[in-house]
Amino acid sequence: MLLTGYDPVMFSRILTSLTLGFHIIYATIGVGVPLMIALAEWIGIRRNDFHYLLLARRWARGFVITVAVGVVTGTAIGLQLSLLWPSFMRVAGQSISLPLFLETFAFFFEAIFLGIYLYTWDRFKSRMTHFWLLIPVVIGSSASAFFITIVNAFMNYPVGFTLKEGEISEVNPIAAMLSPAMPTKVAHVLSSAYLTCAFVLAAITAWSLLKGKNHVYYKKALKLTMVCAFVFMVSTALIGDLSGKYLAKYQPEKLAATEWHFETMGKAPLVLGGVLTEDNQIRFGLEIPFGLSILAHSNPFAEVIGLNEFPEDERPPLWIHYLFDIKMGYVAFMVLVSMLFLVEMIRKKGNTYRRWLLRAIVVAAPVAILTIEHGWIFSEVGRQPWILRGIMRTSEGATTSGHVDLMLWLFALLYLVLGVSSVRVLVKMFRNNQAEDELAKYDKEARDLL
Amino acid sequence: MSYEVIGITVLWTFLFGYLIVASIDFGAGFFSYYSSITGTRHLIHSIIDRYLSPVWEVTNVFLVFFFVGFIGFFPDTAYYYGTALLIPGSIAIVLLAIRGAYYAFNHYGSRSRKIYTLMYGASGLLIPAALSTVLTISEGGYIEVTADGKVVFLVKELFQSSYSWSVVLLALVSVLYISAMFLSFYAHKAGDLPAFHIVRKYALAWSLPTILSSLLVFFAIHGHNREHFEKMMERSWMFAFSFLFFMLAVYFVWKKKNLGLSFIFVMLQFAFAFYGYGSAHLPYILYPYLTIHDNFTNESMAIALIVAFVLGLLLLIPSLYLLMRLFLFNTPYVKGK
Repeated sequence: MLLTGYDPVMFSRILTSLTLGFHIIYATIGVGVPLMIALAEWIGIRRNDFHYLLLARRWARGFVITVAVGVVTGTAIGLQLSLLWPSFMRVAGQSISLPLFLETFAFFFEAIFLGIYLYTWDRFKSRMTHFWLLIPVVIGSSASAFFITIVNAFMNYPVGFTLKEGEISEVNPIAAMLSPAMPTKVAHVLSSAYLTCAFVLAAITAWSLLKGKNHVYYKKALKLTMVCAFVFMVSTALIGDLSGKYLAKYQPEKLAATEWHFETMGKAPLVLGGVLTEDNQIRFGLEIPFGLSILAHSNPFAEVIGLNEFPEDERPPLWIHYLFDIKMGYVAFMVLVSMLFLVEMIRKKGNTYRRWLLRAIVVAAPVAILTIEHGWIFSEVGRQPWILRGIMRTSEGATTSGHVDLMLWLFALLYLVLGVSSVRVLVKMFRNNQAEDELAKYDKEARDLL
Repeated sequence: MSYEVIGITVLWTFLFGYLIVASIDFGAGFFSYYSSITGTRHLIHSIIDRYLSPVWEVTNVFLVFFFVGFIGFFPDTAYYYGTALLIPGSIAIVLLAIRGAYYAFNHYGSRSRKIYTLMYGASGLLIPAALSTVLTISEGGYIEVTADGKVVFLVKELFQSSYSWSVVLLALVSVLYISAMFLSFYAHKAGDLPAFHIVRKYALAWSLPTILSSLLVFFAIHGHNREHFEKMMERSWMFAFSFLFFMLAVYFVWKKKNLGLSFIFVMLQFAFAFYGYGSAHLPYILYPYLTIHDNFTNESMAIALIVAFVLGLLLLIPSLYLLMRLFLFNTPYVKGK
């Protein structure tokens, strides 16, 4: 289909995935890092420890660069939704524009206080005043994620209106925001963003430690980030389990396609990996008895709805099974790394600076980002063929314009340039301004004062 | 006032906000580049930088607010404009993205590069040109709906239209005028006399072209959409006020006094012209296909959006006030201390 001719639907899908795939990396950092900066600054003030304050300050410096890319790509997707999905936005405008509108407010709030925070490090007598300026940034960025995820929850399980002959009417904007998909989706997005940022910041520190830098500054940073990673790992995993239970109840076709579960039955097994034959038999998969029933209903005997209950043209593509399994592999790795770190930290003879452990932490950062990408693609493809489940098909929502293919190339180039430049600027920024130099400068100032 | 009028007023106000803050930003980018060619960059760079750095992110939000709100209040616009404007819209996004990102890279990155300044300056002129064409298109004649309901964008008509080019010209000139007028106020407040002399010269130089190109647009509307022109004539007092405030603003800059008041007059000048143009444009949001009455969202969504807007303002106004107090009206900061 892709090669035989111009299909605006397919190109609109690819371009949207490209924009979002790029945006969510920066958006995730935008949601999670302010929380980490706030933690570091708060600890620094409470313990009167310059190291944590410097940590907050350096993280904030890097954060500005990622935020810039997040803002511009966020603006891009905001406009692209109307350009690529005009028919969908016509319906979305009627039904779910309230959270979109609120998201802009949250973003506005965040942008104002970020500007203030960045330029007022030494402007107030009390350090706490400066810390309080960060709180609106933390709230604003998380609220942005909250509202935008509500829109996505609505796409997965639209509620809050009456459907008459395919047209929606009697919209209740508040009820539309409270889709059953909302609680688990919002919690999962937020928690996994915090988790990813904790791992990304931990990896930067671990990298420095591996390079032989051993100032206590790095050791404090590693402990802070890895303890956060463990906490968010636990919360993300718990919420992930609830997401499975949500799917079983409200979007059974998505769960069934994920697990290649065709016949409705009790004591349903969970299949890992495997290959599907032409008549939908699973080969070479690793079968866990009762697994799916437990996953879906916390009861090994519970009945799980199978894919055969759904018409063939309403089933999600079956390759999401692999996406999900790969994602779970990543999750297993992150659980292992964060647990090992905790064991080493608690154990009497433990050493959290073992080289293999530091290396594993460095690897965990890209793994965390890949997990987010896989999870997101899984969730979007798993909703197909619908853009608005049960109401509008993806093919009906897309633009009919020509030249979407050309725009795809244009944006691919833009993201390439932005991605490469942002990484180069970040690397240069920290290479030219080493933490050791700032620490030495501070130590000297402290000595001079005495 | 009906919900749809409240809705369009709110949106128009945000677009007006964007017009002012973005013009300052766009023009500053251009002046920054221009001064680097003429060798006066060292004189005006710091004043531009001190204003822009804490607020650049806020500028973008006004625009996002406008188009997200538009889809909420008038969902059909998403369909018409979205289908028609794929290419110009995408180009505008790319320009905005390059501009925003490179400002941050240049400013927060380790060292500034000439190519960044060029990109920043050039995009500052291309973006208003691109965005202003949306207003041109809303005037009708550039989007056609075929018998089978397909929305077609008549690119050739747009490029060959004298109206379209007059709007682009007005947009460019206004950007430079608004920006120079603001920078005059800001430099004066900072007590930075060398910078003040340069930006004051820019402001005076761009004042007459602003009025001339506005007149040009008037005539072009007369030729392009007579109905709109007649309605604008019914509101001619608004445009008279606009001109009066223009005269006062330029007079103060000329005399080098009351520069804060002068910039308020610049805002009033544009407010009167902008709301005069906008109110005469109603009820159409895309002539002759979409009106604020027929293509309005459902009532419950309208109420929800208006309530959200009021609550949002309660949060934003104090925050914006704080931002301005810290960076715009804080004399030690403005002076770079």
